[in-house]
Amino acid sequence: MSSLYYQKRLSRNIGDKFFTSLSVICALIAILPLIFLVTYILIKGGSQINLDLFSLEPNPPGDDLDAGGINPALIGTLIITTIASIIAIPVGVGGGIYLAEYSKGGAFSRFIRFGVNVLAGVPSIIAGVFIYALIVSTKILFGSMYSGLAGGMALSILMLPTVIKTTDEGLKLVPNELRYASLGVGASMYTTILKVTLPSAFRSIATGVVLGIARAAGETAPLIFTALFSYYYITGFGDLFYEMGSLAVLIYNFALEPYDAQNKLAWAASFILVLSILSVNIFSRILAAFTEKTKRV
Amino acid sequence: MIKTNKKTPKNIILSLENVSISYGTFEAVRNVFCNFKKGNITSLIGPSGCGKSTVLRSLNRMNDLIPNCSLKGTVLFDGTNIYDKRVDPVEVRRRIGMVFQQPNPFPKSIYENIAFGARINGFTGDMDELVENSLRKAALWDECKDKLNDSGYSLSGGQQQRLCIARTIAIEPEIILMDEPCSALDPISTLKIEETMHELKKNYTIIIVTHNMQQALRVSDMTAFFNAIEYEDGDGGKVGYLAEFNSTKKIFDSPKEKTTQEYISGKFG
Repeated sequence: MSSLYYQKRLSRNIGDKFFTSLSVICALIAILPLIFLVTYILIKGGSQINLDLFSLEPNPPGDDLDAGGINPALIGTLIITTIASIIAIPVGVGGGIYLAEYSKGGAFSRFIRFGVNVLAGVPSIIAGVFIYALIVSTKILFGSMYSGLAGGMALSILMLPTVIKTTDEGLKLVPNELRYASLGVGASMYTTILKVTLPSAFRSIATGVVLGIARAAGETAPLIFTALFSYYYITGFGDLFYEMGSLAVLIYNFALEPYDAQNKLAWAASFILVLSILSVNIFSRILAAFTEKTKRV
Repeated sequence: MIKTNKKTPKNIILSLENVSISYGTFEAVRNVFCNFKKGNITSLIGPSGCGKSTVLRSLNRMNDLIPNCSLKGTVLFDGTNIYDKRVDPVEVRRRIGMVFQQPNPFPKSIYENIAFGARINGFTGDMDELVENSLRKAALWDECKDKLNDSGYSLSGGQQQRLCIARTIAIEPEIILMDEPCSALDPISTLKIEETMHELKKNYTIIIVTHNMQQALRVSDMTAFFNAIEYEDGDGGKVGYLAEFNSTKKIFDSPKEKTTQEYISGKFG
């Protein structure tokens, strides 16, 4: 008769211990890059932060003493991301609504779902090249070539799959009983979606949208082909049709410069970019918690 | 089918004529003929899988929401076949309300739960009054008059179900369909719902699916017993059919069919 007590030396218990520790180690290794990356950028970039950074234009490379600020790039990133959101959110949410609410699982909706998955896997540089061929090289947008508008379009392509998928999945989580309840009191499909299902899924959709924005804001490759870069302040609406700076491209450009001042500016921009993406992610969490609370009232 | 103004007796509000319902290739219920009387409570009873819930859902076109569900035959409401192509299912559901098996209040306040349906139906009168009246009719007013702005989810299961009934009453339907409204509730809540139903009978026609034969006996005037058998031409699966339809008293005291007798006495189910 074997004892009921735990025996350390039993091979299954040794194996168990081994695999538990192995998975813990792997989990630690997995978050190490994040911790190192964030700390490194915080240290390298954080020391460069001052008020001028936010208000000045970057100086052209060569002036080794002062690289200026990142104001145009910061504003540019905001504008380009906003344009991307304006395009991707309505289209994405609308597409998600179609998939989750209207489609009956036929060939068309399966094709769209497949297409969305493929789009999600498309390398971001391809999105840039695509918009380059479609808009930049054809000068189709009022004769302008590289522009903030084109950059926003390229980023919207990257946002779309995230928004469609999270809308689709968020709506699918809404229990059917709720739809029946609404339709049962004589609501039309459209009222049901607008007043009952969408508000119930608001939390997951908003989270998806915010994550999509966070992803788009940090993209570099698509912008190199579309928005390019600009050293100058954004002064008016017309600037949308010209080259526009962005944090990501500023980092790309200035990190490659041989001058120390420009490199430091790139670090500062990295710091701002990482910080904003981090805060957008945290904001999405807060949003989720907040809507969860109010939804029950 | 084009609009059919067939002669139906005056007190018949809803009638099924040779209705068969299938899910894809699977036939759930076959050749049902049944007349529902105005102002009555009719209960649909029968073993699981006999198609009674399917029939109930077909009465206000809730089956439309289930993919592949198709119906043959005619469902006459007010002299109109509600499966006519020109009929708007939304309008049908406004006039034939439904209470579901699981209480399913909206994630909104108690007040809004009731106001929602009324508002989308173009109600312009005094909303406070409508909410109060609906809650009174559903015997819920006294329990929640002080917390109308609380979430519908803050109520107990039985209260939630009465809220759902109140919500249905608020849109002033002519018929209320109830799909096992008490199956998720405790006996005391069940009793309250049954009392509510007796009150509602004065103004509405009620059709209720129930697994509980005692409930059918307590609340209903008429009872339809559905059963399922294997047809020779079928694919081996059981197909539901209407075995017997009569006054509740007759069904329970002196059923004509042997299967009804057996089901009532609990020999199968």
